[in-house]
Amino acid sequence: MSERHVTRDFTLPSDLSEVHRVQTEIEEALQSNRFGDSDVFAIKLAVEEALVNAIKHGNQMEPDKAVRVGYTVTDEQFSIRIEDEGLGFSPADVPDPTAEENIERPCGRGLLIIRNFMTSVDYVGRGNVVVMFKIRDPEPAE
Amino acid sequence: MSDTPRRQRITVEDIGDIAVVQFVDKKILDEQNIAMIGDDLFRLVDELGRRKLLLNFSNVEFMSSAALGKLIRLHQRMTQVGGKLVMCAIAKDIMTVFVLTKLDKMLKIVKDEQTGLNSF
Repeated sequence: MSERHVTRDFTLPSDLSEVHRVQTEIEEALQSNRFGDSDVFAIKLAVEEALVNAIKHGNQMEPDKAVRVGYTVTDEQFSIRIEDEGLGFSPADVPDPTAEENIERPCGRGLLIIRNFMTSVDYVGRGNVVVMFKIRDPEPAE
Repeated sequence: MSDTPRRQRITVEDIGDIAVVQFVDKKILDEQNIAMIGDDLFRLVDELGRRKLLLNFSNVEFMSSAALGKLIRLHQRMTQVGGKLVMCAIAKDIMTVFVLTKLDKMLKIVKDEQTGLNSF
């Protein structure tokens, strides 16, 4: 076990400005575990999209609702669990944003980005919890 | 109208009749920031009558899907008014997002500013 491994559990208010603070914290943990720039970019983007979804679509920005976040960074992988207090959703009901009829829609790309930038993504519970991880690229490109 | 000065989020350089836009922020993220950048870009089209926009992303290291939405709306607006929107100098990681979402097929994206200037 490396001494750099990080595990954190906390609760966020439904405030989008909190997202940046979490991203910065995670970025530092990833860098100290030798994640490459592309991995860091991918994880930050997926976390951004997932937290915005939880705050905006899950909790509907309601100030009395919170988002629970738990993540772990090791030198092998990053994993995170994000739970909102919303009604949940079924990912299968989200339209494909790359379909011709949807390509000009200005929203709906977050899930696609999360799925493609992480190694694994699962929605559990009633669809109000996302659990995802990414395995570190051991030989990141310069 | 508020008297509070707004922080500058874009810079605009006129090269001929082309408005070359640089982004001040390295990260284009939160909705308020994206909305203000969008307002500035739409003002170029709707109030200043610019019809050739070249967005230079060389300073941008990170952007979210919310920013993509704003670019799509700007593209739609430019099409409505018979203008042209071109984007250039997009970082490799950000470009993967455009490719993944297939927006690279809908939006005109070129390698660098000179190529962008030559594409109008």
